[in-house]
Amino acid sequence: MAMVFDDLGDEAEEFPVRKIRFAINGKKKMAEIEPRLLLVDLIRRGAELTGTHRGCDTTNCGACTVLVDGRAIKSCTMLAVQVDGREVTTVEGLASASELHPIQEGFRQEHGLQCGFCTPGMMMAAKDLLDRNPDPTEEDVRWALSGNLCRCTGYQNIVKSVLWAAEKLKAEA
Amino acid sequence: MTTTASESRALDEIKIGGLGSSRKRVEDDRFIRGKGNYTDDVVLPGMLHMEILRSPLPHARIKSIDTSKAYAIPGVHLVLTGELMATRNLAWMPTLSYDTQAVLATDKVRFQGQEVACVIADDPYIAKDACEAIEVDYEPLPVIVNPWQGLEPEATVIRDDKVNQKDNVVYNWEVGDKAGTDRAFEQADVISKLECHYPRSHPSPIECCGSVADFNRATSKLTVYMTSQAPHIVRAAVAMVAEIPEHMIRIISPDIGGGFGNKVPIYPGYVCSILASILLERPVKWIEDKTGNLISTGFARDVYLKGEMAMRRDGKILGFRMHTDADHGAFFADAQPSKFKIGLMHSAFAAYDIPVAHLTARGVYTNKAPGGVAYRCSFRVTEAMFFQERMVQAAADDVGIDQAAFRRMNFVHDDDFPHRTPLGFLTDSGQYAKCLDVGLKAIDYDNFRIEQAQARKRGRLLGLGISTMTEPLGAGNSREYDILGIKMFDSAELKVHMSGKAIVRTGAKTQGQGHETTWAQIIAHELGIPADDVVVEEGDTDTAPFGMGTYASRSTPVAGAAVAMAARKVRAKARKLAAHLLEVSEEDIEWELGRFYVRSSPERGATIQECAMAAYSNMPDGMEPGLENTSFYDPPNLTWPFAVYIVTVEVDPETGVWDVLRMVAVDDCGVRINPMIVEGQIMGGLTEAYAMASMQFITFDADGNCVGSNYMDYLLPSAWETPGFELHSEVVTPCPHHPIGAKGIGECAAVGGPAAFVNAVMDALGETGVRNIDMPVLPDRVWEALTYRRDVSGYPPVRQD
Repeated sequence: MAMVFDDLGDEAEEFPVRKIRFAINGKKKMAEIEPRLLLVDLIRRGAELTGTHRGCDTTNCGACTVLVDGRAIKSCTMLAVQVDGREVTTVEGLASASELHPIQEGFRQEHGLQCGFCTPGMMMAAKDLLDRNPDPTEEDVRWALSGNLCRCTGYQNIVKSVLWAAEKLKAEA
Repeated sequence: MTTTASESRALDEIKIGGLGSSRKRVEDDRFIRGKGNYTDDVVLPGMLHMEILRSPLPHARIKSIDTSKAYAIPGVHLVLTGELMATRNLAWMPTLSYDTQAVLATDKVRFQGQEVACVIADDPYIAKDACEAIEVDYEPLPVIVNPWQGLEPEATVIRDDKVNQKDNVVYNWEVGDKAGTDRAFEQADVISKLECHYPRSHPSPIECCGSVADFNRATSKLTVYMTSQAPHIVRAAVAMVAEIPEHMIRIISPDIGGGFGNKVPIYPGYVCSILASILLERPVKWIEDKTGNLISTGFARDVYLKGEMAMRRDGKILGFRMHTDADHGAFFADAQPSKFKIGLMHSAFAAYDIPVAHLTARGVYTNKAPGGVAYRCSFRVTEAMFFQERMVQAAADDVGIDQAAFRRMNFVHDDDFPHRTPLGFLTDSGQYAKCLDVGLKAIDYDNFRIEQAQARKRGRLLGLGISTMTEPLGAGNSREYDILGIKMFDSAELKVHMSGKAIVRTGAKTQGQGHETTWAQIIAHELGIPADDVVVEEGDTDTAPFGMGTYASRSTPVAGAAVAMAARKVRAKARKLAAHLLEVSEEDIEWELGRFYVRSSPERGATIQECAMAAYSNMPDGMEPGLENTSFYDPPNLTWPFAVYIVTVEVDPETGVWDVLRMVAVDDCGVRINPMIVEGQIMGGLTEAYAMASMQFITFDADGNCVGSNYMDYLLPSAWETPGFELHSEVVTPCPHHPIGAKGIGECAAVGGPAAFVNAVMDALGETGVRNIDMPVLPDRVWEALTYRRDVSGYPPVRQD
């Protein structure tokens, strides 16, 4: 991301910058970044997509879950340089135009969210599951979401939401 | 004459999203699209970033702080230290419990993670680098990790900053009838005793705390976006502490990623970001990391109980004594609005008919984080109900009476309300025995007991735990509850536009409770305006009426009541407009949902929308135009929901691991505005109850290091561990003093739930003679209890030299 600093003097020369190319929600992007920049910051501050949330910084809570090349990862502990040449999908890429993705619709129908902070990560983890297993059991869903923490709902309705989405997707297929 | 359905033109309340409709949530639309607006999403032009340097030591004198290397890093604008804060009289600030708290340490650090310095830089990465470049020279001091160490005669005085503080005692407080209670114990046939510890816990919303402070020199106005459950209280406090006039302060709570009490207090990070913005005249963003959140912001619980109950041989409770020792950390910063030092601890046993009781409470300073927030409870009610239900279980066993029968025998009866408790509360209503019966039937109580006995013969350990309680929700009334002298009322403002659409603003602040959905339902109920035609706004002190915020399950009892009362004022004016439109006198007008009509000819009527249009275009002579009103609601009492939680478990005798077989919850919270949302609240609470019972706690090693400073050490249950819940809503006792009969519900399950889980495990261990395992009931603790047939304490360790 482009940043203007106060006068850096000679140190500007030493400022390490890497160039990367990647796609986010289908749009091709380039960025000049510090090698230590975390993916979550590239997404939130660089691409200005704030639907991906930072929760714990330690890969535990899953609020920052996005898809990289279709697989769910936690963007708080992945370096941004690692997505060079890869495809990132965030919650903003779930809906097509104005139409909600069945997972989003499921969360709304089954009251699968309260404060909404964990929700984008939950939905991306659910997307990963349903892409691989279109007909999951309740146990499959609970296991697939076990890397995502929610403090509001008690999960029961989140599980229902994902199962609702699975049914909808099957009906659409 | 009765009006048949076909004659009535009243709207179908469920269809318009009124009371009792499980209306889908309005706020979901933005959250599922990733379009929420949380504090960290706020970006302002020219914004700088702040990071906090925290103390690695729990108790140490600060000999020097050298910030020169931090200033040398390009991109660093400012380094705040206690010394600099002191020049502005901001090194210390008042707490909500009339104590003081360090903003940035000056003399010494008093807990691990205490704020020592702040760096403001172009970028959070640079600010973090600069924090590491600050050199602090500490002289370590002896560390106190539990109250017993703190009470030793030679203990180091933690609060040597306070002139009159000669020891580590925060307070001694008592309530009740000591002499009467002593007499009850003298007359008792059986005395049951229990000691236990409610461990330190942390609310730990997934979103940490944060603020974006924006001081505008040109207008002298300070705008702060922040994670606050109570933005108006923050405005009042900032006006007090920072000496900025109140009208020049605008606090905005945008979307909040969970609160649970954690986001009620004022934290040093907020204050530092405000001062930094004033000094630099640029917006300053501070977003806490998870470790900062877990080790420095408001913890909850950490109370030790010595409990005794006096009983007749037949099981009738004659009285009880409780003594609590509370570990308050380094600053007494309980976020609670009562005049009682230990919050509402004395609401214990409110559901039981007990003639006399006495409670003593002592608070102690330790080298731990301050806080004592009401974590999903009304101010120590969680401890009160946990202790109560653990004592009840032990007492029933001691007197040899079945757990359910013992409770039923001692309940306050349905016809005995309002009921004065021995420690001074007035409970409002309930049908306790009926709720218990629903729960017992759902869990198939008698058959479970048979199954349990049979399983035991085969070496399997099954257990059943009951927890029944009523709790005070919805502070205040203003006679007894205030924060910094501000009475605990709440407010709502309703504006009906000429087209009959409306906007409601309240002094509460939703953090997932769904106010944007439910407040509109109250308007639909009161005025017949479809809920979809009502927009709800909260959290901006420049636009919302003054209110005390959302915590302690007070939104529906207080702000929700204010919404109903504001709507009734609007309806009263609409009635005058209807009379004008219908050309009859006001006395000849009747109301049905959505419409006024002429009593003598019901087909002649005016809808609420027609009245709204008339308020702007065709009002009678002399009437003020417009259709809006504001209500400030001071509740006459707390609301008293009742709950029965029953858990069955199986304990593995080899490993101590226990699994929940079933969890039944019967909640009587009066009228449910949106049943779907109420059930969501209950399930969330039950999960936190399970968390505290099974795994979630913050403890400290003997050196005062926090164990539980990240999610690898501070365990929260995921979808995999969390059991399924069976909810029951058959029993509805409307609150007699609430305009729509609703009671608080958000916290019941987190308050009453933990004892059900612990009681179930203790029941499974029934034949071992073990009376108590402290929470969390970890497998190793259960294994220890099973193997050595002894109680297992969770007290933090003490260093042995």
